[in-house]
Amino acid sequence: MSAATTNGKTLKVRYFDIEENPTEHYLNAESGLKSWLFTVDHKRIGLMYLASIAFFFFVGGVLALVLRTELFTPAENLMTAETYNRIFTVHGAVMVFLFIIPSIPAALGNFLLPMMLGAKDVAFPRLNLASFWIYSIGALFTLVSLGVNPVDTGWTFYTPYSVQTGSAVILMTIGVFIMGFSSILTGMNFIVTIHKMRAPGMTWGRMPLFLWAMYATSIIQVLATPVLAITLALLIMERTLGIGIFDPALGGDPVLYQHFFWFYSHPAVYIMIVPAFGVISELIATFSRKTIFGYWAIAMSSLAIAFIGSLVWGHHMFVSGQSELSTVIFSFLTFFVGIPTGIKIFNWLATMHKGSIDMKTPMLYACIFLFLFTIGGVTGIMLGAISVNVQLHDTYYVVAHFHYVMMGGTVMAFLGGLHYWWPKMTGKMYSEFWGRISAIIIFIGFNLTFLPQFIMGSQGMPRRYYSYIEQFQTMHQLSTIGSYILGVGFVIIAVYLAHSLMKGQKAPANPWGARTLDWMTSSPPAQHNFNYQPVCNNGAYDFHKPIADFTLGIAEDEHAHEQKGDTIKQQEQNV
Amino acid sequence: MAEAHSLENPRLQHHFRNADQQFSSSKLGMWLFLFTEIMFFGGLFVAYIVYRAWNPELFTMAASQLDTVLGAVNTVVLIGSSLTIALAIRAAQTDKQKQIVNYLLMTILLAGVFLVIKYFEYMHKFDLGIFPGAFYTFEGIDHPKANVFFSIYYMMTGLHGLHVVIGIGLMIWLVVRAKMGDYSSKWYTPVEMTGLYWHLVDIIWIFLFPLMYLIE
Repeated sequence: MSAATTNGKTLKVRYFDIEENPTEHYLNAESGLKSWLFTVDHKRIGLMYLASIAFFFFVGGVLALVLRTELFTPAENLMTAETYNRIFTVHGAVMVFLFIIPSIPAALGNFLLPMMLGAKDVAFPRLNLASFWIYSIGALFTLVSLGVNPVDTGWTFYTPYSVQTGSAVILMTIGVFIMGFSSILTGMNFIVTIHKMRAPGMTWGRMPLFLWAMYATSIIQVLATPVLAITLALLIMERTLGIGIFDPALGGDPVLYQHFFWFYSHPAVYIMIVPAFGVISELIATFSRKTIFGYWAIAMSSLAIAFIGSLVWGHHMFVSGQSELSTVIFSFLTFFVGIPTGIKIFNWLATMHKGSIDMKTPMLYACIFLFLFTIGGVTGIMLGAISVNVQLHDTYYVVAHFHYVMMGGTVMAFLGGLHYWWPKMTGKMYSEFWGRISAIIIFIGFNLTFLPQFIMGSQGMPRRYYSYIEQFQTMHQLSTIGSYILGVGFVIIAVYLAHSLMKGQKAPANPWGARTLDWMTSSPPAQHNFNYQPVCNNGAYDFHKPIADFTLGIAEDEHAHEQKGDTIKQQEQNV
Repeated sequence: MAEAHSLENPRLQHHFRNADQQFSSSKLGMWLFLFTEIMFFGGLFVAYIVYRAWNPELFTMAASQLDTVLGAVNTVVLIGSSLTIALAIRAAQTDKQKQIVNYLLMTILLAGVFLVIKYFEYMHKFDLGIFPGAFYTFEGIDHPKANVFFSIYYMMTGLHGLHVVIGIGLMIWLVVRAKMGDYSSKWYTPVEMTGLYWHLVDIIWIFLFPLMYLIE
């Protein structure tokens, strides 16, 4: 084995055995409700986030089905136009702020990031718990606003309507404002953890690509979210004090609001999708049994997306009266985002090329991701073209594009990641058969829901309308039927995952033969992640090396709880 | 749990390998937090720039209503407080327990002076009818968007003032802990971090003062 040298320190290392089916692990180390609500363990916090976002995904999903049901015929089926406005607003706001932004970073990221680094926890465990509580308080405000008077402005809260409407804009935006801080704290915590908590030998070039994606995401969270906070603070002040910065009636400028809002909310779509890229890198490498193709290209393209993605917000405002020059520049920059994104797609395909692909459920989701996200991405480039954008603005085409990227991209990657790490998180296996069946049902349902929306949109069906002319009825009905199929797929997932929790088979420590450090511990992991201090001496995707090579740890570590298993091999090594 | 400290250093949390790693993590985290603060205020600075670019004459007219002398005094007060908190950190590094408390108290005092002056400035404006936004009734400035200037003024100075109040709270907590002898050259992370925060509050004011008071 080759010796690696960083800062010239010599560590005494040895190989450790990974315990199968441990009797003591993080799930049973402590018990009782308090041991969950006040835990500083990043794994438990990750699971609490997972439960919360699953709940809000359910809420947002039911609302989506209600909307689709209303649209089954042009007539008034279930609700008035006004109720429809409220429901699509709440669907959007819940899905964006309560589900998708925290989905991969806060749930999977919290669970995995320290383990992938070979650390015991994130840098600031108490801050991590605080961020969960802040998220919960923000969610509470949002729920209260639903009880008081659900917002009908659309999830973007555009002025001047958001200043005039009688719905509970202030409560809702306070909720979003508060949740922003949760997002900021998570981002800060992750950046510091990646910089400072890497295990000995874990160089930047050995980090799993999920961590690079989380790093890029965290940078956006830290830099963009405060701007949303001040924007919403100004909006709240506009409603309470009439400060006149955004309200044209008082001398303000509503387009300035749009600039402020999209300065956060466009980078925010990269907060949503870049972690998904990270998950896909892990899935494709593991299930192709191959070293990832273009490690640095994938790692750096995440940062490039974070950077370029922060400079394209104006493409939401091509018809809002922004200057022609800005429109041209924003359009041009928008095309640029396609380059790093394309680099990722091609590198994943190259990784799969001549790999020994194992179509397990997570890999099935990764392939679905490649298919759907590419459609979503390319239609996004089309929408970045000014002439096409003006034609398609505020039509179902945009709705379909957004859902192909966010649901076809992020949600599929999230499901893939959830299935991939489920054995690690719970220590249980799920039914592979039902996993694949539901993935296929979701794939069919998804396309049936959103492909017709591309067609309707290009024919001129505007978004956010609760009624339509008869010409669009077939398309709308296909879309509604598709959404029901999609719903069935999710119900199946809920059922077999619940079954897995209760009666699932015990999971081995490394069921997929992965090489990253998160798998080099028992399933479920020990309370402090590892029973040894890991030392990293290999790349994250060195599939040509035996798994045993990846369980190197510091010998005689004072923090290690126990050192079970006889030393297989003891050696002096430079790391 | 997290409180399982190692024997040599009771301040070392279990998930860090050594005190250096812990301190540099805290410092990086604090710097990131300061970046978020800059972005947070950045939104208001952008609003300022946009409205000033659109209405340059408004800003020169409205600035005449601000008291340059009081603003200048407050600038000196805040810069002084940045010095005293830096000295408090120095005292912690050199194990001078009494000085930590004294310098922190001086910083709190100066922060209080700042707020009192700000209070009188605000009250004077309220007397004239210079309220933010829709409640603006002052007629001394002949410009239709005079209310917007003062909205920006109140938002920026108000948010800054809120940060001063939070800073005072943090320093009171530091004084209590310092009196218990918590800080020494071995461990003074909270003093250092509060110092960084306080310098940011100071720097934001250093930008606010010329942008608001010194335009002609």
